[in-house]
Amino acid sequence: MSTLLLIIVAVLGVIVLVQLLKVTELAKVLKNEKPWETTDSENRFHAGLLFLFMFVFFGFSIWLMVSYGDKLLPVAASEHGVATDALLDINHFVITVVFFIVNFILFFFAFRYYKKDGRKATFFTHSNRLELLWTTVPALFLAVIIIYGLNTWNTITAEPAEDAVLIELYSKQFDWTARYPGNDGKLGDYHYTLIDGTNPLGINKSDEGSQDDIIVKGEFHIPVNKDISFVFRSQDVIHSAYMPHFRAQMNTVPGMTTQFHFKPTITTAQMRTNLNNQEFDYILLCNKICGSAHYNMQMNIIVDTEEDYNKWLKEQKTFLSAQL
Amino acid sequence: MATHAHTHHEEGFVSKYLFSQDHKMIAKQFLITGMMMAIVGMVMSTLFRLQLAWPGEGFTFMNMMLGDKWAPEGVLDPNMYLALVTIHGTIMVFFLLTAGLSGTFANLLIPLQIGARDMASGMLNMLSYWLFFLSCVIMISSLFVESGPAAAGWTIYPPLSALPQAIPGSGLGMTLWLVSMTLFVASSLIGGLNYIVTIINLRTKGMSMTRLPLTIWALFITAVLGVLSFPVLFAAVLLLIFDRGFGTAFYLSNIYIGGEALPQIGGSPVLYQHLFWFLGHPEVYIVLLPALGITSEVIATNSRKPIFGYRAMIGSILAIAFLSFIVWGHHMFLTGMNPFLGAVFTFTTLLIAIPSAVKAFNYLTTLWKGNLNFTPAMLFAVAMVSTFVTGGLTGIILADSALDINIHDTYYVVAHFHIVMGLSAVMAMFAGVYHWFPKLFGRMMNKGMAYTHFWITFIAAYGVFFPMHFLGLGGVPRRYYANTEFPIFDQFADLNVLITIFAILGALAQFIFVFNFFYSAFKGAKAVQNPWKSNTLEWTTPVEHVHGNWPGELPTVHRWPYDYSKPGKDVDFIPQTVPLEEGEHDGGGH
Repeated sequence: MSTLLLIIVAVLGVIVLVQLLKVTELAKVLKNEKPWETTDSENRFHAGLLFLFMFVFFGFSIWLMVSYGDKLLPVAASEHGVATDALLDINHFVITVVFFIVNFILFFFAFRYYKKDGRKATFFTHSNRLELLWTTVPALFLAVIIIYGLNTWNTITAEPAEDAVLIELYSKQFDWTARYPGNDGKLGDYHYTLIDGTNPLGINKSDEGSQDDIIVKGEFHIPVNKDISFVFRSQDVIHSAYMPHFRAQMNTVPGMTTQFHFKPTITTAQMRTNLNNQEFDYILLCNKICGSAHYNMQMNIIVDTEEDYNKWLKEQKTFLSAQL
Repeated sequence: MATHAHTHHEEGFVSKYLFSQDHKMIAKQFLITGMMMAIVGMVMSTLFRLQLAWPGEGFTFMNMMLGDKWAPEGVLDPNMYLALVTIHGTIMVFFLLTAGLSGTFANLLIPLQIGARDMASGMLNMLSYWLFFLSCVIMISSLFVESGPAAAGWTIYPPLSALPQAIPGSGLGMTLWLVSMTLFVASSLIGGLNYIVTIINLRTKGMSMTRLPLTIWALFITAVLGVLSFPVLFAAVLLLIFDRGFGTAFYLSNIYIGGEALPQIGGSPVLYQHLFWFLGHPEVYIVLLPALGITSEVIATNSRKPIFGYRAMIGSILAIAFLSFIVWGHHMFLTGMNPFLGAVFTFTTLLIAIPSAVKAFNYLTTLWKGNLNFTPAMLFAVAMVSTFVTGGLTGIILADSALDINIHDTYYVVAHFHIVMGLSAVMAMFAGVYHWFPKLFGRMMNKGMAYTHFWITFIAAYGVFFPMHFLGLGGVPRRYYANTEFPIFDQFADLNVLITIFAILGALAQFIFVFNFFYSAFKGAKAVQNPWKSNTLEWTTPVEHVHGNWPGELPTVHRWPYDYSKPGKDVDFIPQTVPLEEGEHDGGGH
């Protein structure tokens, strides 16, 4: 009943509004005004508002930069991450400057040149010199950005170091598993048809390389200052292994393996001290839409000193002994 | 054709309003259908924004909209969250900003601005609309199936989209999505071919290619992009239908799901992404170019100045269109593609910044020393230039493969494409509707409501999307049902509330527009023939729609469309139909 009343009130409201609008517009037409034409005072008003808007918008941007600038990701905990952060900072500096300047010019022109009676706009159709200027200046700037960016990219995607620690990250809806090759340094063979309740990674048990593999869930450890070479696999759909603190990410794709490698530079303990937060953990999260619990598909990453890492690794059961 | 203009034939309701072959009526049909779809997409965004601001909280409104299954006690279900995000994206990108934008303005403006009686084929034009309408109906009907609508993201990457075991939305909902999109592609192709043929063949006497308004140039190149890229999406969708229904393995290989190992071997999910983005990136410009065309026209008219660098504007449209076909890989840097290929795509993508910069600076120079008349359309056009610049700049960051590693698929991306593509195109679409409303309905829109609509929309737009850059730099992934599972994201909880408040504000403002639209269509002040004192041909047609557009002979064109405030003339505009005086030069100083 109350819904019905609400609907009736809403309908009546709309009818009243329509009639009021109709009356005001008719009145204007009777006074021989064209109700759609923008008056001088309206032009001044909206030009002024645009300029005011610019200040509010700039203020809002600066407020965001100040109050959230220090809440972004902490300093990169990987070697290449420091390099990409530097690249990001330079890029951000330039685009922020351009953002402020171009928006300022836009809103300033809007404010400065609003319509006034008796003034005529300047007939200015083109200027080869100006157009050349704003073709070449962005082109030169982009050349620098491209060369700098591609250099960084080539460094990141170069082959991993020979003594790199090999780890397989395996994704499925909705968790992660890490596999270490064990003493032989080889990850055992696998095939997806071998997957079952006791063998979630589909590892071929008769392959010798698989016997000493180590499988961990929940969290995995990596040593600091050593190149970590990840290979990624997926059981079901595409996921993405995103490790934001290391500025590292790679999709995991069923039917193929993908790779990424980086060198962590800050241990978990050190980072906790730096951030003054004993609860802090590095995280691996899923960053490719993968289903209902996509938002909670995570694993902790512990960066140890090499000593601690070796100690931890020794304590882990091998695949074979875990199977027995 | 000419006989059309002279003989007046009676039409019934059906042939006038439903199965009309008149381009002006078809434009209205596209616009109103697009608006209805946009409202659905917008309400969806407010629903998932509620969840993101107050995760896990119950809302009566949520329960009212989605029912007990998808919002028990008003708490949004995670699968429904993904479905809402998916359909919101699909509707906004395809139904509003592709069909709604191009469908409306290509149909309305191409014949009117080139001086043609109608489209080359009225029949195909009508077919294009009705296929689009059917596609809309199927997409909307997918919202009501038991397993829910498609929920694999608007890019519907397989295997998630291929396997009903992976997500409920990949059941019947996804089938309907795919059927809807195949019809949509057919509609776009028919429409696009018609636009191209019309522009090439039916220009009136004197309307050379370098006398075309920039709207027509933009719509022309847009149609070319669509015709070349949509078939690839069609192929991608078709192969996905095969994989889903007929046991093929184009995209599937080595998958174990739901307790069984699937028999498919040898396919590649990455193949789908190549096909999808081969359309998907040109699609961005299919959305953006008409927006830039409309903005050019509205800014020139209301600055009372020629558009600066007319030929450079055409050149930059062509450059953007060409480059848009060789950049698709920048969506796929992290799929394990060869790093060298990644480098190539970084290079080609960053090149797009050059013609885009030319466009932005040319707009600024057009405003410089103008006599700016701030009609509602003009305000939206200025806003469009601002969002185009603001959003375009972050593209420089995302195009860089080394930087993309960290911000790929975070809110930084969400901020970027919503501002540069979504907001720019929506702003331009509003500018277009306010500007050409008198040509659509023969009446004027209410100015007061239009100004209110503009200011709330513009403020809310930046309020929603600008803060998202910071979420992204904080590592927050997109398409997360809630950010509550990671302590490092807790600090952004208040920012998410702020974004949602702006989103609700912006959504409410659109009802002002919808009300104004329908009010003005029926009760608005009667339009005059050329209310904005514009040069282009559409303003030489009578206010009342007639078949064939011009009651008598077709107009003859004597000059380019941007003779505003020409020195030595008494009036500040000279329509294209006015012959050149002796010794007078035409066009941009050529």
